[in-house]
Amino acid sequence: MMKMLLTCLAFVMAVSAVQAEPLRIELDSPNIEPLPFAAPAFIAESAGADQYARDLAAVVSSDLQGSGLFRAISQDAFISQITSFDSPVQYADWKAINAQALITGAVTTTGDGQIVVKFRLFDVFSEDQMGEGLQFVGSTNGWRRMAHKVADAVYSRITGEGGYFDSRVVYVSETGPKNARLKRLGIMDYDGANQQFLTDAQAIVLAPRFSPNGDRVIYTSYESGFPKIYVLDVASVGRRVLQDQPGTMSFAPRFAPNGQDVVFSLTTGSNTDIYKLNLDSGQRTQLTTSPAIETAPSYSPDGTQIVFESDRSGTQQLYVMSAGGGEATRISFGQGRYGTPVWSPRGDLIAFTKQNRGRFHIGVMRTDGSGERLLTASFLDEGPTWSPNGRVIMFTRETAGSGGSSTLYSVDISGRNLKAVQAQASDPSWSPLLK
Amino acid sequence: MKTFTKVVVLTTTLALAACAKSPFDRSGNGAGAGAGGLDNGGISSSALDANSPAYFNQTIGDKVLFAVDQSTINDTARTTLSQQANWLNNNTTYTAIIEGHADEQGTREYNLALGARRAAAARDYLVANGVADNRLRTVTFGKERPLAVCSTEECYAKNRRAVTVISAGVGS
Repeated sequence: MMKMLLTCLAFVMAVSAVQAEPLRIELDSPNIEPLPFAAPAFIAESAGADQYARDLAAVVSSDLQGSGLFRAISQDAFISQITSFDSPVQYADWKAINAQALITGAVTTTGDGQIVVKFRLFDVFSEDQMGEGLQFVGSTNGWRRMAHKVADAVYSRITGEGGYFDSRVVYVSETGPKNARLKRLGIMDYDGANQQFLTDAQAIVLAPRFSPNGDRVIYTSYESGFPKIYVLDVASVGRRVLQDQPGTMSFAPRFAPNGQDVVFSLTTGSNTDIYKLNLDSGQRTQLTTSPAIETAPSYSPDGTQIVFESDRSGTQQLYVMSAGGGEATRISFGQGRYGTPVWSPRGDLIAFTKQNRGRFHIGVMRTDGSGERLLTASFLDEGPTWSPNGRVIMFTRETAGSGGSSTLYSVDISGRNLKAVQAQASDPSWSPLLK
Repeated sequence: MKTFTKVVVLTTTLALAACAKSPFDRSGNGAGAGAGGLDNGGISSSALDANSPAYFNQTIGDKVLFAVDQSTINDTARTTLSQQANWLNNNTTYTAIIEGHADEQGTREYNLALGARRAAAARDYLVANGVADNRLRTVTFGKERPLAVCSTEECYAKNRRAVTVISAGVGS
């Protein structure tokens, strides 16, 4: 027994002698230098797989580099080429170009329209493979999702947290002039690829939100002439209107984490309050009763609390109440007004829109309102949505003037890596990681 | 100008009644300017049929405006809404939908709720002036349908509005 233990120890020491530093990105560190990696074209292991081999590596690179945490090394710099998925890695050649991580892959297409993707991740300076190799099988038209899954695995192994690349975003596509804008629901991969429309542009649609498992979308539509809430099945694109009282208007819906309850705003007369509806039983519960405007409710991930905005103090501010309603605690106290709060999927932060001195910001604060940080500033930023891992926020940025238009942007919760994702689009909602 | 087709077929009585009841002091939002036709196009003695939707929209004015973030009916709006109420009381075959709107300086959801407040404020004023509640419906468009598209206060002021859209409904 003792002898075996010693052997193990010797092995560990041998490894650590090679290892300069563990390959790791600490997401909470204040300064992150993008980690250089190499992702050579995957190996095409069957005839007809060449294009996939190149495209897969390109999407993996694009995902990782797009996160702002990694930097892809140009293929022109490569000394070694990967010629076979199973041949030994020439670590010295990758060290020489400072590739700290190396991603290798192989792809096979089968006669029946299937594709098999394998990959390995190497810690170059430790001269070791990181984690097991993985294999994904699916239909060829899902090849981008497989690339996203590879990138998610790499992200996860190096950061120690879940990824967010294999996900989708539902949003509102916007075309036409500002005073007669055509709006329709669109859905796309998180990076803007594979756009499809879910509704036509006959009626104004607003603020779609995914169900907790991504199978449904809840949104507001004017198809009856009045704002009402609809639930749309993503696979069939079938939709149904939520029951409501005649003469009322409803909007700002969002699912509870249980997928059965939805919260939303309902306007009767001049007053807007927050209600909950159980989709199965049809039972409706009024959660706020103040004569002020109460809207934009969002559940905590454990389903026990709801954050929302109210102007009961005179201006829009953020409040937290129990999921059953009742007494609410104000959590926003800074300058300006706060709206559209959204609870992070990790439960630790609340993202919001802030208006102050004629500028709009996307910001985050802890759930008790402390630690407020503004991540963006522009003429008009609004409507944050969280990536599945709670590390990135997507939102709408609108430009000023008669030619003003909306674009989806994303930004890290650190405020880094601000970038445009999709033009002529608004009201994004990020799905959970796909299964 | 296309209202002139209608203008020339009006009876003098109606035109005079219209002038007496409501001089051409519209709500000040500029909508329908010149449509009364005092010295417009040389047809100086005619006016719109006081019971026509065109008269409602252009002479009385179908819009009232609001201050930033407010839904209070100001003096100008009160004048317009009183005339709207008179018209609706005289023309009971019509119903109306009152649209509430907001300028773009606000979040989408809040502006929906704010537009609803404005529409309800206008509706309540009409009801207080005798219009049957069941002839009126309200709808909010928030910031989704601006009238003016610039991003300055000049346009924002025009967009913070409640619009009374009349239609030949069943009435009460």
